Amino acid sequence: MSVLFYASAFVSVLATLMAITRINVVHALLYFIVSLIALSVIFYTLGAHFAAALEVIVYAGAIMVMFLFVIMMLNLGKPTEEQERVWLKPGMWVGPSLLAAPLLVELVVMISGAKAQTQAGVINAKDVGIALFGPYVLAVELASLLLLAGLVGAYHLARK
Amino acid sequence: MPVISLQAIPMEHGLLLAAILFILGMVGVLTRRNIIFVLMSLEIMLNAVALAFVVGGARWAAADGQIMFLMIISLAAAEVAVGLGLVLQLFNRFKTLDLDILSKMKG
Repeated sequence: MSVLFYASAFVSVLATLMAITRINVVHALLYFIVSLIALSVIFYTLGAHFAAALEVIVYAGAIMVMFLFVIMMLNLGKPTEEQERVWLKPGMWVGPSLLAAPLLVELVVMISGAKAQTQAGVINAKDVGIALFGPYVLAVELASLLLLAGLVGAYHLARK
Repeated sequence: MPVISLQAIPMEHGLLLAAILFILGMVGVLTRRNIIFVLMSLEIMLNAVALAFVVGGARWAAADGQIMFLMIISLAAAEVAVGLGLVLQLFNRFKTLDLDILSKMKG
């Protein structure tokens, strides 16, 4: 099981790296979907089966398809790809990477101080559901309000 | 049905993976000029945070991590819907996905 964790962690980091360096938007999207599916395997190995299913159904299935719809609506062609190649000169990566590297080092130093094992057990959908509609019921209501606001906002903004 | 015995994974490995993915997303946000890539990098960052919550939930064998994961997913869905609506407006008005053109709004 831990082999599965490390293998999919490797796949996920590699696919994310490929996703942020692609020229073509659809290629990047497909690499990101690979990363999401690898993360779903990681959730499974951590015993979060419900989260693993949601990662595939909602993230890879719904949110990424929404991206794909918009890309198809915009009908981007070869010219955008050429422009992207101009924008993404190799020198562009130096500054942001130099800024991000200290942050990563800080995070690694901080995290490697926390020695603890994850517990080998499954938290199934029943436990999540009981907690969701027990102590967290207000959060569910707020999430529904947020989604409604998102729906109205998206409808208003995307109008011609 | 064969029962797969779950083996414990050190918590810091899961958190390290979340940190690496978060930083990769941040580099994407800082580097790209195409607004769709920036939105996708934001998704990468949100996803990394969600992973950190699930790892935390697995550490204490509590359902709260997955509940935060649910909240983050609904936040991501709402954010992407509004963001892609803005992308459509940007493309309709300026015929480009360049983020820098938005500095013309002088907001």
